[in-house]
Amino acid sequence: MADDAQMPAAALSDNVSPARPWLRRLKRFIGTRELPLLALILLVVVIMANRNPNFLTIANFRAMAVGFTPTAVIAVGMVILLVSGGFDLSVGAVLALSGTLVARFVLDGVEQPIAVPAVLVIGACIGFVNGFLVTKVKINPLVATLGTLSIARGIAQVMTEGISISGLPASFGRVGGEQLANIPYMVLIMLVIVVIGDLALRHTRFLRQAYYVGSNENAARLSGIAVDRFRILAYMLTAALAALAGVLLASRLMAGTPTAAQGLELQVLAGAVIGGASLTGGEGTVLGAFLGIVFIGIISNVMTMEAVSIFWQQAVTGAILIAAVAFDMLVRRRRV
Amino acid sequence: MTAPLLEVIGVYKSFPGTQALRDVSFELLPGEVHALMGENGAGKSTLMHIISGVYLPDAGEIRIEGHPVVLRGPRQAQDMGIGMVFQELSLAPGLSIAENVFPNRAPTRLGGAIAWGELYRRTRDLLSPFEINIAPQTLVRDLSVTARQIVEIVKALSLNARILLLDEPTSALPPNEVERLFDVIRRLKARGIGIVYISHRIPEVMNIADRVTVLRDGQKVATHDIAAVTPDRIIEEMVGRKITDLYPERAAEIGAELLRAEGLGRENVFSDISFSLRRGEIVGIAGLMGARRSDLLRALVGVGRIDTGRIFIEGKPVRITSPEQAFGMGMAYLPEERKTDGLFLKMPLRQNVSVTSLRDFARMGLMSARKEAAVTRTFVNRLRIRTPDVEQIVGRLSGGNQQKVMFSKWLVRQSRILIIDEPTKGVDVGAKVEIHTLLRELTRQGAGVLFVSSEFPEIIGLADRILIMYEGRIVGEIPAEQATEQSLMLLSSGYQVETQSAGV
Repeated sequence: MADDAQMPAAALSDNVSPARPWLRRLKRFIGTRELPLLALILLVVVIMANRNPNFLTIANFRAMAVGFTPTAVIAVGMVILLVSGGFDLSVGAVLALSGTLVARFVLDGVEQPIAVPAVLVIGACIGFVNGFLVTKVKINPLVATLGTLSIARGIAQVMTEGISISGLPASFGRVGGEQLANIPYMVLIMLVIVVIGDLALRHTRFLRQAYYVGSNENAARLSGIAVDRFRILAYMLTAALAALAGVLLASRLMAGTPTAAQGLELQVLAGAVIGGASLTGGEGTVLGAFLGIVFIGIISNVMTMEAVSIFWQQAVTGAILIAAVAFDMLVRRRRV
Repeated sequence: MTAPLLEVIGVYKSFPGTQALRDVSFELLPGEVHALMGENGAGKSTLMHIISGVYLPDAGEIRIEGHPVVLRGPRQAQDMGIGMVFQELSLAPGLSIAENVFPNRAPTRLGGAIAWGELYRRTRDLLSPFEINIAPQTLVRDLSVTARQIVEIVKALSLNARILLLDEPTSALPPNEVERLFDVIRRLKARGIGIVYISHRIPEVMNIADRVTVLRDGQKVATHDIAAVTPDRIIEEMVGRKITDLYPERAAEIGAELLRAEGLGRENVFSDISFSLRRGEIVGIAGLMGARRSDLLRALVGVGRIDTGRIFIEGKPVRITSPEQAFGMGMAYLPEERKTDGLFLKMPLRQNVSVTSLRDFARMGLMSARKEAAVTRTFVNRLRIRTPDVEQIVGRLSGGNQQKVMFSKWLVRQSRILIIDEPTKGVDVGAKVEIHTLLRELTRQGAGVLFVSSEFPEIIGLADRILIMYEGRIVGEIPAEQATEQSLMLLSSGYQVETQSAGV
């Protein structure tokens, strides 16, 4: 009684196609965020291709992809966090710290095959701190990761005295500078991570837990899922990916920059949310987040081509984020 | 005969794919309590929503005090004197009673400042007829569930409601508080207010209602004067078949010990809890609100600590500090609140079933949606879960079907020790019988069931053995055949405890 009383609207939409599962499946597929987003991206591409001959070129798309690679790599972790009902503001700072650390190590003569994993482990440790603060100390993720953001950024600044670490050996720049069949290595790495991340979040037993934890934490715990452990691991994964993004960026710039990636967390969150991830948990896909980030990347590329000031670009990202969340809220309200 | 307050005449309402109401008529007289009964999906809530203006009927008419009206929205229904008190209370816990009774309508002084004195006086005036001596300044958070229910009613009355819709008003109340609510209802009747009373609980309806209307599959079956109808008749009409034996037969044989507790205690919560549960056995825990029954169940599965005492599973001492651990030892736990603690309402049926045993549905770390679907389908058939398919979002199932999903997710694991808090809460009669039968079947296969229920008849009918809790202690244990509702009520109220201690 209570149950039907509470969801009249659900009852309405529920009964549309009870006997036709394929219709339901089709509706569910089209109802996801990825398809409309892809259509939107194609629309922008078509319009721009006609407006500006420099837009639809390999060089431009390569530059664009290299540009959003760090964001996209981090978004894989962030969307897993969002699905499980958490989030992380410290990713930009972890990226900067990792970039400076790896530069420092390499400059100090540590072999690259040791320096890079070491930095990823350090990143994961920061993620552990985030996860620990959120699950065990029960600090709100906003506060906890804002704190680690400040700490990580501060350490990076202290370590470098605010100046980029440069003078790195040429071998360090290979991943960031060279390419395979016209595709930069770092873009390839990013694509591999995105594809694996997408499949993993959809199909692995481990990451299925993200949906349970994010949909209903109590029920997850009472169904035997080790909720805290999962959350901590998700924070570790996100921070490790941020560290990897830091290494990739350092390799591309041939420098460890303590001020790199300021405000990157906003872009990552915006991309994930535009791609259908919910800030309240339980919803989101890596593919969606990736498309969201591609969308933001294309929009800022378009603005650059149309000679919009870089400062406006940040404002536009913010506006897109709010528009995406607002759209989400409206759709949700109608559904409930 | 007095003119009816409310008449619903030949109402039809359909949703895409279902005819929710078909030619339903209903009438409510001043000073009458008119019960509305039916299984989930029978159309009670649709009818309620039509009366309260949430839905417009497709056909048919509504008359209030003889005048045909068209209710376009709850606000308009309110203006026409229809007040609603829904099952899940809608009060703001952090605000006072007065602020809750007069949201947005508080009397103000010049400049918009709230005239607190006036506000409290008016609230007190509204509360006083019900002999409730609670200051209007009291925060709703600090009130008992019964008092909150009454505040809800008073809130509706403050809008000059002449017709009150009460949806399962007693479902959250402890048994000994129900009478207090009935008292309020009787006073409302005396003032000529008509009450539509929705409930699953037949004894309550027999006690408080003047008439009862039974719905089934969107149609009205009958309206009876309560004096002229028996509970059996109502049940028959609701389910559309004769229920000869409401509870399944008791177990034939009871086997080895599965679970034993010795002197369990947790400071200020419960103490000195000892009991055992054996294979094939169903043990019910009776008690009133505050007896700490749910706390005990939760502690057994590792939620909430245990300070003293020991737990044995199949004779071996165990330490349980987390639910994962408890479930690993063969326990299963079905919480009372299936929406907040039990189910993933936005996720599909198959994923709700597999959650307890993800490993069994994965190969090399990858989930098999096909296996999830196949296994879930077997449970859909076995437990007769009414759903279009296994991809259905669980939040869209009815209460009884959701409860069956909760059972399914533990049946997948083949847990031997089932710990269940309110096995049939908010579930209709038909599903209730099915769940009881299922539990018996499981015990026949060697499981043991430890459950808590607020309904004494359920405890007596379902259990083999009954433990009675009072203020965190087990104060009695009786075989179910010897238990009566009266004896359980006495023990649950601490009656024997107090006489004993007085005697020492």
